[in-house]
Amino acid sequence: MSQNDSKSVAVPSRRRFLTGAAALGAGAVVGGTAARASNPENLPPNIPDWSRYLGDGVDARPYGMPSEYEAHVVRRSVPWLTADPVSSVNFTPLHELDGIITPNGLAFERHHGGIAEIDPADHRLIIHGLVEKDLIFTVDEIKRFPRTNRVYFLECAANSGMEWRGAQLNGCQFTHGMIHNVMYTGVMLKDVLAHCGLKPNAKWLLPEGADASAMTRSIPMEKALDDCMIAWKMNGEALRPEQGYPMRLVVPGWEGNMWIKWLRRIEVGDMPWHHREETSKYTDLLANGKARRFTWQMDCKSVITNPSPQAPLTAKGRNVITGLAWSGRGTIQRVDVSMDGGANWQTARLDGPSFDKSAHRFYVDFDWDGRELLLQSRAIDSTGYVQPTKNQLRAVRGENSIYHNNGIQTWLVRSNGEAENVEVSS
Amino acid sequence: MSKFLLRSVLTAGLLAASPAVVLADDLGRPATAEEIAAWDIDVRPDGMGLPPGQGSVEDGETIFSERCAACHGDFAEGVDRWPVLSGGFETLRSDRPVKTIGSYWPYLSTVWDYVNRAMPFGDAQSMTPDEVYAVTAFLLYANDLVDDEFVLSQENFTDVRLPNENGFIEDSRPDTPSLADGAPCMSNCKTDVTVTMRARVLDVTPDHEED
Repeated sequence: MSQNDSKSVAVPSRRRFLTGAAALGAGAVVGGTAARASNPENLPPNIPDWSRYLGDGVDARPYGMPSEYEAHVVRRSVPWLTADPVSSVNFTPLHELDGIITPNGLAFERHHGGIAEIDPADHRLIIHGLVEKDLIFTVDEIKRFPRTNRVYFLECAANSGMEWRGAQLNGCQFTHGMIHNVMYTGVMLKDVLAHCGLKPNAKWLLPEGADASAMTRSIPMEKALDDCMIAWKMNGEALRPEQGYPMRLVVPGWEGNMWIKWLRRIEVGDMPWHHREETSKYTDLLANGKARRFTWQMDCKSVITNPSPQAPLTAKGRNVITGLAWSGRGTIQRVDVSMDGGANWQTARLDGPSFDKSAHRFYVDFDWDGRELLLQSRAIDSTGYVQPTKNQLRAVRGENSIYHNNGIQTWLVRSNGEAENVEVSS
Repeated sequence: MSKFLLRSVLTAGLLAASPAVVLADDLGRPATAEEIAAWDIDVRPDGMGLPPGQGSVEDGETIFSERCAACHGDFAEGVDRWPVLSGGFETLRSDRPVKTIGSYWPYLSTVWDYVNRAMPFGDAQSMTPDEVYAVTAFLLYANDLVDDEFVLSQENFTDVRLPNENGFIEDSRPDTPSLADGAPCMSNCKTDVTVTMRARVLDVTPDHEED
């Protein structure tokens, strides 16, 4: 790699990568993403301090935090994307995670008027409109409906939206990080609606947030009565403020913008409202100038999270390719992985629980001889939907859609282990 | 079997067979008309939800320059990365579409609703209905859809139609092949694989803090 080349590499882990590449050249094995140099005094046959001296007691960390050696595992933003961080987005560090659950502190954020900080004692939910009874609920009253626990992915419809015109961002955190996957505890929306009594002409809902953007979306009644929830816990603990504390709507498999946070009101009506987030935004402009609207469902999609630009390969020999796959239509039945840009494929091993409309984890165990790789993953869901290539999507929709880019991602892994976001010929 | 034990067994059997317990219907209380009216701010394309009131282009221009122009520009042309609200006509088929109220938004009610619920950014729901009518009227003017004498009101609101109302179609996905169209290729699917685009060429990925 020339000096000029190395300067143009703006990957977050560049320093760590260079360390790893040097080690690779010397034939040594460097550990994981944190290719920090080891201190021989802590390695056998020596006895490290932590084996000799006492550590903190139980009162030192009333709310536990990750190890200081994981401080680089954080949500990150792309400042040039939006005008102001108050109405913006950050991204889940997918390359640092495994399994299917996103830790609460790393779940990406998207809000339009900043984070509303709400005392649950001062929060109410009003349900009104085409119902027999207009009711106002406290948070505690909502919790007294029958509870359920469900694991769902939430993906922003604009996830990978920056990639419509070509490879742009170097890292799966940025290309695919507008997704998280957590277990929600809540109540079924249909139970709460039934309690209010739906009138015969009740066909649409307008949920609304209590934040400074008063976010609204129109949701068809069929979905509301199918699997929507009002949730107040994620991964067992209270929703984080940035995820809608004290309560949010869960709209499984549908675009994240509809999962109204800080839920304060649901109006029941007989037609959609066509509000800003379902007209000006979250409509998909096609090449012919027409735009699709009400494109709610998130298509089947996958991405290899390791290796990826922020997580280079650091050793030859045995390695693990891993990634995530998900579908708004159901479960993932298969993920295929290619190492040569889509010429040849092998079926990956799915591991971990397979829940409806939840992220699935896949692995390919392989020996890397140092040859250049063009890594791709292709997911197939329980309906038989096959994740398309980006060029297949462009052929149908053009490049102006912004939303719903679920095309196959390619990472170029060079012989030194470094990875780059690229596109390949069809 | 003792009578006591027999009774226990019978009771247990009855419980197991009995339907779900009927729970109290005591969750929530009736919302008052005042409570609903205070929060029910949404407006629909058919005008449902619009309060009485009116506002002129002239008044709207004054309000817009004071409360909106810092982000959206004097003529709603947009500042920095803040939304462009005017112009953009005939761009939707170009490779750089400009999606504004005039070029893209289907319904005027969306403008009224959004300005009323979320604007000005950082001081939401602070404008009176007349002010929102005035700002909405000015945005029509900025898009050359009305003249400078125009006054928008609850009465004439639904007479105004935006140019791109018919520019929207329903979702037609899935729009790519599925398993039903044949099993995806597994081997020798391409003869020549070349890299056609590289993120590094653009170099727009944020640096790590330490870089």
